[in-house]
Amino acid sequence: MSLSNIFNVAGSGMNAQSIRLNTTASNIANAEASSASADTTYRGRHPVFASVQAAMLNGGDALYSEDQSAVGVRVDGIVESQAPLQPRYEPESPNADEDGYVYYPNVNVVEEMTNMISASRSFQVNVEVMNSAKQMVQRVLTLGQ
Amino acid sequence: MAITFEKALGIHESAMHLRGERAGMLASNLANTDTPGYKARDFNFQEALDRQMTGRNGDFSLQTTQHAHIRGGVKGLGSVDALYRVPHQPSIDGNTVEEQVEHAEFMKNNLEFQASFTFLNSKFKGLSKAIKGE
Repeated sequence: MSLSNIFNVAGSGMNAQSIRLNTTASNIANAEASSASADTTYRGRHPVFASVQAAMLNGGDALYSEDQSAVGVRVDGIVESQAPLQPRYEPESPNADEDGYVYYPNVNVVEEMTNMISASRSFQVNVEVMNSAKQMVQRVLTLGQ
Repeated sequence: MAITFEKALGIHESAMHLRGERAGMLASNLANTDTPGYKARDFNFQEALDRQMTGRNGDFSLQTTQHAHIRGGVKGLGSVDALYRVPHQPSIDGNTVEEQVEHAEFMKNNLEFQASFTFLNSKFKGLSKAIKGE
């Protein structure tokens, strides 16, 4: 029955979007966290989404499952951004190395803000889907009354 | 003339089942809005309903006569063929979900589910009236 599957699917979508929101928050919070060396500098994090069959969500065998129509979202992993770090000449900073440079994270705050808006919108869509599914199931329960 | 459930309920039971199925598919599309490479899916409701009413289903399974035989054939999506939606504006990461389209379809599907429900409900009401002799 796919009506109950909708809850799994929308739930996995909400979970993925909240992870995205979390990494975005972490990136923005650390955007100005300077460091003395390139190795210890914070790097932007981004989740990688992949779709996953509903049968796998329930721990079943996807190959011979009855219902392959419902597809959830899985977070495959979180990758660190490979963009170059920003060295800035700040000799008066306590973090400055012998040449007077401090390293700032490779986080683009504008990009992160758009990511945040997109994630919260997608989260809302999933909530709406879940609400509609709830209404449908409640409707079915009143059948014949 | 005997009353059978099949005759009395008619098309609405199958319709509601398929509406539920379709809601699941559209919910998957909406959940995967940001998944790279995901292809939006949907099925032809008219065709699926037709197939369900005439009793043909989309399974092509091979018969196994010995326990060692490998189960062949493709298990279809129950009674529906999931097709891929053609996007208006394909995105660069290969994702073909268009949120506004899916949202509209989901809403429409939900309304039609409620319509089918109302019909089915009134059929049941009619049956119980007939049984009680009101």
